Amino acid sequence: MRQSPKKSHPHESAHLHVSGEAVYVDDIAEVNGTLYAALGLSERPHALIKSMDLSAVEAAEDVVAVLTAKDISGENECGPIVQDDPILADGLVQFVGQPMFVVVAKNYMAARRASVLAKVEYEDLPAIMTPQEAKLQGSFVVPPMQLVRGEPEKKLKDSPHRSKGTFYVGGQEQFYLEGQISYAIPKEDNGMLVYCSTQHPTEMQHLVAHSTKRDFNQVLIETRRMGGGFGGKESQSGLFACVAAICADYLKCSVKIRLDRDDDFMATGKRHCFYYEYDVGFDEDGRILAAKVEMVLRSGFSTDLSPPVATRAVCHFDNAYYLSDVEIHAMCGKTNTQSNTAFRGFGGPQGAIVIENIIDNIARDLGKDALEIRKANFYGNAERNVTPYGQTVEDNVIHELVAELEETSDYVARRAEIKAYNETSPILKKGLALTPVKFGISFNVVHFNQAGALVHIYTDGSILVNHGGTEMGQGLNTKVAQVVALVLGVDLSRVRATATDTSKVVNTSATAASSGTDLNGKAAENAAAQIKQRFAEYIAHKWGGDIQDVLFENDTVSLDKQSIPFTELVVEAYENRIQLWSDGFYKTPKLNWDKDKLQGRPFFYFAYGAAVSEVIVDTLTGEMKLLRADLLHDAGNPINTAIDIGQVEGAFIQGMGWLTTEDLWWNPKGKLMTHAPSTYKIPAVNDCPDDLRVKLFHNPNHEDTILRSKAVGEPPLLLGFSVFFAIRDAIASVADYKINPPLDAPATPENIMNAISAITDIVDDTDTNSGAKS
Amino acid sequence: MKKTAVSFTLNNEQVDVLVEPRELLIHTLREKLSLTGSHIGCETSHCGACTVDMDGISVKSCTILAVQANGSELMTVEGLASDDGLHAVQEGFMQEHGLQCGFCTPGMLMRSYRFLQENPNPTEEEIRVGLSGNLCRCTGYQNIVKSVQYAAEKLQAKEEG
Repeated sequence: MRQSPKKSHPHESAHLHVSGEAVYVDDIAEVNGTLYAALGLSERPHALIKSMDLSAVEAAEDVVAVLTAKDISGENECGPIVQDDPILADGLVQFVGQPMFVVVAKNYMAARRASVLAKVEYEDLPAIMTPQEAKLQGSFVVPPMQLVRGEPEKKLKDSPHRSKGTFYVGGQEQFYLEGQISYAIPKEDNGMLVYCSTQHPTEMQHLVAHSTKRDFNQVLIETRRMGGGFGGKESQSGLFACVAAICADYLKCSVKIRLDRDDDFMATGKRHCFYYEYDVGFDEDGRILAAKVEMVLRSGFSTDLSPPVATRAVCHFDNAYYLSDVEIHAMCGKTNTQSNTAFRGFGGPQGAIVIENIIDNIARDLGKDALEIRKANFYGNAERNVTPYGQTVEDNVIHELVAELEETSDYVARRAEIKAYNETSPILKKGLALTPVKFGISFNVVHFNQAGALVHIYTDGSILVNHGGTEMGQGLNTKVAQVVALVLGVDLSRVRATATDTSKVVNTSATAASSGTDLNGKAAENAAAQIKQRFAEYIAHKWGGDIQDVLFENDTVSLDKQSIPFTELVVEAYENRIQLWSDGFYKTPKLNWDKDKLQGRPFFYFAYGAAVSEVIVDTLTGEMKLLRADLLHDAGNPINTAIDIGQVEGAFIQGMGWLTTEDLWWNPKGKLMTHAPSTYKIPAVNDCPDDLRVKLFHNPNHEDTILRSKAVGEPPLLLGFSVFFAIRDAIASVADYKINPPLDAPATPENIMNAISAITDIVDDTDTNSGAKS
Repeated sequence: MKKTAVSFTLNNEQVDVLVEPRELLIHTLREKLSLTGSHIGCETSHCGACTVDMDGISVKSCTILAVQANGSELMTVEGLASDDGLHAVQEGFMQEHGLQCGFCTPGMLMRSYRFLQENPNPTEEEIRVGLSGNLCRCTGYQNIVKSVQYAAEKLQAKEEG
């Protein structure tokens, strides 16, 4: 009866994107007299500011004003959880790139040129750069967290096999193509309008209000679309929203701040890098009997979102595997670097990759295929199905999903072919890996799991939907509009989604945790359903009949043999004083979470997936190429198949970039040196495999989600693991698959060469030793 | 700073504009001529969001001085569509979902437009090489390649028809 929800409508803004008409913040027609701000950034990782001579900045051409911390009328603070995140450094700098002052000028280039003219005297303090150093010195932004189940210590001792080691996974810059930007316009009666490229308009509203001494109702944040977010515009758009508003408030005129790409790299946080120490026990079949892991995150200089990132890492250490006796520690290391923040996956990928590394090691230790070890450890359906944090896995499809992918990717045959290839190819080595994903969906903070929407029907029959989520390219507005069209039985072209606006739906959560469609789609469904109910009551009363029998489809409303076009019904309803608009609300059911004990049901459901990657590695140069990838991902019953496949492909490639080419490197003076696309390499079209096969796994959500779909933003990022472990497999072939290559991520040519050298040295040593003995 | 008068053809219209000698073409296009379709992504010619067509070649307008464009023939994304409707590359990117956030799209379109004149019947590999100067952070490029293939077929059919 229903319109198929599986339609692959183009993105609601596609016609605007291709014509150049889509308006991003920097494209908004400017108010007369708009001024431009640029930031003066710290050159030291940790230092007291002894003096700051800004006279040359002030005297520079076209400069209007220079502001420092003392010019902020309200709070000099933009931390999302803990108040340790100054907007402008006040006497102390804690990383190279920390904003110290703002210069406002008549044009963008004048502001940028002036921003480097300050003469700052620093008194250097000891700097902590790495998570390992932070752990050694007990430097943490919040106290360490731990989760223990069973008797890991005892079970480890009793295990017939042990695997102990360390592992390191680097961070990742979001590299949204549209950099951070905010445009503030003072309004009457102390109002402040800020156009902001942000995933979290409500938080921007709060921060702007606090920093400019306003009530929330005096601040309006509008976000039509972002040129990418990926988590980098969840909390960290805050500093720029505040700077624009503070300057606009101070100068009583409109001020825009758009970060230059290098400044964006230097000033904003990234995905957390992780350092791990682990110890696991396992049996002959590779089944894990006990596991201990300690994860240390590079949080950077402030707390930002590190605690929930660490929590999600703890809750994803299990990935798709049952761990009966387990001990997980997570420490948020305070370092003198950018304050790391949300990035697609939010600690989940970092939590899960270490168990995949462990399993990869176990397989080589036992001389078995890693896939066999993975299967031996998968969560069960009726037993072995409770996560370390106490949630029962009720929707497990990993067995059938992996079985399907194993077959469609021809895994077994290709494994044999690759072995044969490597035996005859001394320099070029191929590798293959299949890695699974289980990813928990919902915010770990229960009360964030709520959303609102507004649906308006105008008297010409056109419909407008507005909700609290933000559009960053993921197709949220398209899906929400599809939901409204489906509920009211009208063509999608009748429904228009509009900019997120804090004066419409209020007190919203960030568009994050993959939850955008789950939350806002349900809220919009609820709003549309209320109007539909009013129409149905009206029709049932008018024509006589049962409300339940009133049908809404094909732009027509019918009951038994009578029908009326939707547009005519709207006019009639209006004339009969029926309310043609509604709000809608949704809160995710079944959730509970004890954040101190790390126990409960933090996730409404799980999304699953798996990927097979085949790579070729040049063992003389470390160069790597992904030859083929097969992805199978569970998006539930998709609302828009094309959009979901786009999310899967994009996330996979982004995950691959994180683990292969994207290298954040700080010099000994504490300066991030890979701070532009010239040195920081995100995947380009040529890095993607010629042979990429992507399929959605048919699996309507067990839980009552919007049209039984599943969240699809973050989970497929973990599919990129398969590339990393295929590289590791190729390297291992150099030592006949007998030694675990000490490969850290990202697997850059340099790291690949280091791993090859390390295992070659071990082989050489062994040969020499055995030679001496004989 | 003293300004210089620059004249060029922009999307088939004659334009005269006063620019600083050091002014970048992308700033002239966006700020002085209000053509905001071309985007600023990195300002170092790596990302390609600012790609425009100048005298029959693709250029990154963030590293071309406005004065260099004097006397040239320029085309931006705003000039792609005609009275007949969208250009085949625009249609391709819409139909094949070659975009997500859309920020890289104008640059991708302008590069694709020129690339398909350089090579009207490209292989997939040639498309990947031809577009390698333009970055996209959302799509994984699969649908971008398909979009260009769609446009190539459409343009070929038009040629033959």
